[in-house]
Amino acid sequence: MLSRFGASRFASKLSPVIRSQSRTFAGQKPFHIDTPENNLEVHFDFTLENYDRVKYIMAKYPNNYKQAAMIPLLDLAQRQHGGWLPLTAMHKVAAICEVAPVRVYEVASFYTMFNRNPVGKYFIQLCGTTPCMICGSEDIKQTIEKHLGIKNGETTKDGLFTLLEVECLGACANAPMVQLNDDYYECLTPDTTIALLESCKAGNPPAMGKWGSLPMNGQVSCEGPKGKTSLKEIVVPVVDKTRFEKGEVDPAKIKKLMAY
Amino acid sequence: MMILSSTAARATAKALSRPGSRALASQAEHNLTSGFNFLSDQDRIFTNLYGEQDWRLPDAIKRGDYHLTKEIMCMGPDWIIQEIKDSGLRGRGGAGFPSGLKWSFMPKETDGRPSFLVVNADESEPGTCKDREIMRKDPHKLIEGCILAGYAMRARAAYIYIRGEYFNEAVVLDEAIHEAYAAGLLGKNACGSGYDYDIYLHRGAGAYICGEETALIESLEGKQGKPRLKPPFPAGVGLFGCPSTVTNVETVAVAPTILRRGASWFASFGNENNRGTKLFAISGHVKNPMVVEESMSIPLRDLIDKHCGGMRNGWESVQACIPGGSSVPVLNKDQCGEALMEFDDLRAKGSGLGTAAVTMFDNTVDMVGAIRRLSHFYKHESCGQCTPCREGTGWLEDILIRMEKGDADKREIPMLEEISRQIEGHTICALGDAAAWPVQGLLRHFKKDIEDRIDNPKGFDHEAAFQKAWSGDPFDNNAWTKEHGDGKTYAAA
Repeated sequence: MLSRFGASRFASKLSPVIRSQSRTFAGQKPFHIDTPENNLEVHFDFTLENYDRVKYIMAKYPNNYKQAAMIPLLDLAQRQHGGWLPLTAMHKVAAICEVAPVRVYEVASFYTMFNRNPVGKYFIQLCGTTPCMICGSEDIKQTIEKHLGIKNGETTKDGLFTLLEVECLGACANAPMVQLNDDYYECLTPDTTIALLESCKAGNPPAMGKWGSLPMNGQVSCEGPKGKTSLKEIVVPVVDKTRFEKGEVDPAKIKKLMAY
Repeated sequence: MMILSSTAARATAKALSRPGSRALASQAEHNLTSGFNFLSDQDRIFTNLYGEQDWRLPDAIKRGDYHLTKEIMCMGPDWIIQEIKDSGLRGRGGAGFPSGLKWSFMPKETDGRPSFLVVNADESEPGTCKDREIMRKDPHKLIEGCILAGYAMRARAAYIYIRGEYFNEAVVLDEAIHEAYAAGLLGKNACGSGYDYDIYLHRGAGAYICGEETALIESLEGKQGKPRLKPPFPAGVGLFGCPSTVTNVETVAVAPTILRRGASWFASFGNENNRGTKLFAISGHVKNPMVVEESMSIPLRDLIDKHCGGMRNGWESVQACIPGGSSVPVLNKDQCGEALMEFDDLRAKGSGLGTAAVTMFDNTVDMVGAIRRLSHFYKHESCGQCTPCREGTGWLEDILIRMEKGDADKREIPMLEEISRQIEGHTICALGDAAAWPVQGLLRHFKKDIEDRIDNPKGFDHEAAFQKAWSGDPFDNNAWTKEHGDGKTYAAA
């Protein structure tokens, strides 16, 4: 009844969304179309240096589960190929993982961090989920769009910037924020956003702070703009050692206990 | 009407926020010493939460990590599990399942298959940013926790699944793992206990659903992150077909301190059934958004007033609060004033503690728009496996988009409710429930807003509800950042 009602009353008003597929594939199409930069003729192979990394990654997983290395390998391929994954890179990963290429297509199209089309040198992912939204992510988005002259999902003509609104990036206490390639720039205002974009144009984005992110209001990390309210003195607690005197496990026999 | 009240509140707040009068104002508004026993500094577990010390091994040892690890292991796996049970620790990842009980589900005899501990560091619940602070500032707490938790469940190795976007955090954690290997704390004869144990770091690639335990396992095996049907539960057939337990970073990271200081110490915080300390991540319209460790069962209002400097326009401006990450229903203003940050009290109020990620909304926010954005999130993150969730999340968003503009029919309000009820409980994993609950919370507390807007679409001033960038009060912490920022903070021109 619901659908009939909906269809008759509102069909014309609905926004044009693809109904059969909920997951939007990070704004990308769920299929491949040959383009001059992405087709079966494009050569892709890992560099020698990256083959060492491939070996290191493969060693983390059991021999009979080589497929487990697929996501890290795709990530490595993407890094090597300038931030996006050509079809031939997926084939290479399929060969290394010893799986059919379709297994790699599935994975590469499922996860939002894999770009199957070229992106700009500075890939701006703007967090737009509610905690950032109520702290002004829309304000930041409009600033970026106006300053760069692109819309969400587009790349600037010079190939320098791509803007994409993404879902929660997990830096909510430092909202609003963007992820620029791998780096988090947090606590943004329209002014600092423009300063960030300009420094990127000059080829010199601000370096990350002490803790691998840069709150652009001067904070160090998660202590808030007015500073921490706890941990004024750090005391190492005294531990009562006597509690552990009765330990009966013999290190020499531990493997039997652990069912090795 | 809403706009009027918000401007009025702003005016009052402006009058109150003259320098010097602010502290008095917040005291006059609300007396902090309402009987709640705030956590003292010597009872905090994450002593490097604000990053004054280094994350590396020497400083970690100074903070007390790896102290008596071998002795604890010699007490045996069963002792560890009993101690965790006695401490009353409940999973910190959202569901709040008793951790000791969960760990005890792992097989004690092997049938030839090894067991694995899988650490869920795929922190992507909107509002949540606590595990990140553990991983980048106190990675050795997590590693020691992996050793002890893995030992207690007789695991052969641990896989830490960190979300792909946390690149810099993964670099720190990877380096910390190497340090632990080099110091003989991991690998063969870990910590001198005779136990062989490995930790592997695995980076994900951006999918919220991979925070669900079976989806995480699928993703770790190199597939699409689509949750599995249970049973079999991961403790029987999990990662690589072997017994596995998936636990949150915080749960694992607090375990060593609990074991060292004793279950009774940990159980002395919080109310019955909600024991311990917890990292709270507070975002939204507070003056000082931050991550802080506090005792469980802290009143929400005390948490906001003591640590976050209160709401930006005073407590009277509170409109709503999401107390535990986006998946739990919103609380209205009255409930915010009474809520205790614990599993049971929030459940009684029709919400939940979730990951203890508090997002505060003041009365400038259009709640319909805020929940509409959450529905977009769930639509985007639905894995597409179960029909009710795949289709339903899209419907929820479509209807809310129109309701936000007032372009809807009042008959659709019960329909929206019905859709959410049809999604809830009819999917393999909890993402369907998580998508339905915020909408149900909206209908429970803000139905009138929706109706008013349908009655008079032009009466709502969207421009007034537009949110300007807000990351707390103006920065005012120069001396401290100078001392502890290593000269790497951003000096705004």
